[in-house]
Amino acid sequence: MEYRGPYRVRTVEKPMPQILHPEDAIIRVTRSCICGSDLHLYHGMVPDTRVGSTFGHEFVGVVEEIGPLVQKLKVGDQVLVPFNIACGKCNFCKQGLFGNCHESNPMATAVGGIFGYSHTAGGYDGGQAEYVRVPYADVGPTVIPPDMDPDDAVLLTDVVPTGYQAAEMGGIKEGDTVVIFGAGPIGIMAARCAWFFGPSRVIIIDHVDYRLEFAKNYAYCEAYNFKDMEDPVVFLKKTTDWYGADVCIDCVGCEAEGNSLQTFSGKVTLMQAGTATALQWAINSVKKGGIVSIVGVYGPPFNLIPIGNVLNKGLTIRANQASVKRLLPKLIAHVQEGRLNPKGLITHRVPLEEVADAYRLFSSKLDNCIKTVLIPSAKS
Amino acid sequence: MKKQHQDYKNIPGWGMDADPENEPNYPMKNYTGDDHHRSDYKRSAPQPKDVEILMSNERPKISAVFGNSVPPSGLSGMIRRYAFKHSEDRYRHWLPLIFADRINMFEGVVDDLRKGYFPNIIAERGWKMEVKHNPKGFAVKIATAAAVGYMIFLMLKKKK
Ligand SMILES: NC(=O)c1ccc[n+]([C@@H]2O[C@H](COP(=O)([O-])OP(=O)(O)OC[C@H]3O[C@@H](n4cnc5c(N)ncnc54)[C@H](O)[C@@H]3O)[C@@H](O)[C@H]2O)c1
Ligand SMILES: [Zn+2]
Ligand SMILES: [Zn+2]
Repeated sequence: MEYRGPYRVRTVEKPMPQILHPEDAIIRVTRSCICGSDLHLYHGMVPDTRVGSTFGHEFVGVVEEIGPLVQKLKVGDQVLVPFNIACGKCNFCKQGLFGNCHESNPMATAVGGIFGYSHTAGGYDGGQAEYVRVPYADVGPTVIPPDMDPDDAVLLTDVVPTGYQAAEMGGIKEGDTVVIFGAGPIGIMAARCAWFFGPSRVIIIDHVDYRLEFAKNYAYCEAYNFKDMEDPVVFLKKTTDWYGADVCIDCVGCEAEGNSLQTFSGKVTLMQAGTATALQWAINSVKKGGIVSIVGVYGPPFNLIPIGNVLNKGLTIRANQASVKRLLPKLIAHVQEGRLNPKGLITHRVPLEEVADAYRLFSSKLDNCIKTVLIPSAKS
Repeated sequence: MKKQHQDYKNIPGWGMDADPENEPNYPMKNYTGDDHHRSDYKRSAPQPKDVEILMSNERPKISAVFGNSVPPSGLSGMIRRYAFKHSEDRYRHWLPLIFADRINMFEGVVDDLRKGYFPNIIAERGWKMEVKHNPKGFAVKIATAAAVGYMIFLMLKKKK
């Protein structure tokens, strides 16, 4: 696929990707997903998104070619590829911060390289394509266990680790009340994964009824529509005995709705990097001394958040791009032993050629869409 | 470059309360102390530079690997080059980049036309899905856009 400008994508024939570095591999993509993060690109919210770029950071496929220094992979291996590009050698990678690698993105220091995610994230073509170049092939790509469904595998490249890390960063303790903002794939997965840490209540907030309904069933959580509330912060205070939630998790990011001042300054005039409504609600509805975990993506310059309340309430804020590689062993086990059912999130399968329709479907939340998988037409 | 208080370890109480377990990033981060080696680590060999790469001025050299898709070109490219003269801290880095993205969209259309290809914007925008799954909402959207357009047209006509 190829980006042509806000809300415009199409499929085109592009030259076959090449090995550009001895540690590269070329992967033939068998499945890729559209992510909420891709919507920020699709809506033109991420600076330095160049016309002609190919998106896609959630993909699995078959190793087609390897560079001379690649040792752990061989041609023909079925692999899942974490969305972060990580060298495994820098002092960030060495400490498990694979989402913060310093040797995969020359264009910005605040973010590591990500497949198909603008030049701000390194200028790589992504996996919503037939073939993709994968740097540091011995570090990220992981051979899919033979008994694993590729639909589960493709969600292990981002959605499952991100949802899990969102919960993990919340520092959830037994008996806690956890509030999750956003019932997209990430929020739903965060709600499901929160239970691994022993809370007594998990609450999810959104304004799209079909997603709330889905979340309630999939993640065994309470689900509420903020459009039905006069004030979501007061609602959450009240439902926690006027104490505040123990942990609040932002799984919405920079296109949150629900506050006209945020929308005007963040979406209409772009005077801040998108809208920080969900984060504002998270900060204001967590208890004093509580933890706010952020995985929702925000743009680079800055956002309006009530930092004074963070100080006065003594909050801890923890945030990151998910460190997929660090979490994979644990999460593969959760899937293999039947505790997690990632593919249960998939509602749509679309041929890659219909990528424009698939983006519109997900972006406008049509046809009860939760997660879409793009399938390149089979070629021998 | 390295300016450090040489005798900092002699400052009374230095390091007394250090608690390696108190790592707020745990378990995201498995603290090894390597942070103090800064940018001193064994890198992979550098990827040969085959296209123009704009580099953040907050780093000394480009990363060992990088993406080589769509190098800067045309007017948007000039704006991007200007943007990269400023750090990621500055609005004059990010606003020009967003501006360049918008210009780039028009360059894309011109480029298509020059190749004799007329972009099918309705298909690229996936409107078929709106018509299929949200006909009422979509009709309202189109009608509103048309009404606003007509009003602007009338206002301009009056001015003349
Ligand atoms: N940190 C990471 O590693 C990482 C990885 C993947 C995705 N993300 C980010 O996570 C976020 C969610 O991704 P997704 O795929 O679930 O996207 P999505 O767009 O499908 O979901 C976002 C949901 O938030 C809801 N929402 C809007 N405003 C809200 C508000 N004020 N309060 C509560 N809910 C609100 C929307 O209705 C939508 O259902 C995105 O910002 C994405 O970029 C981060
Ligand atoms: Zn994603
Ligand atoms: Zn690294």
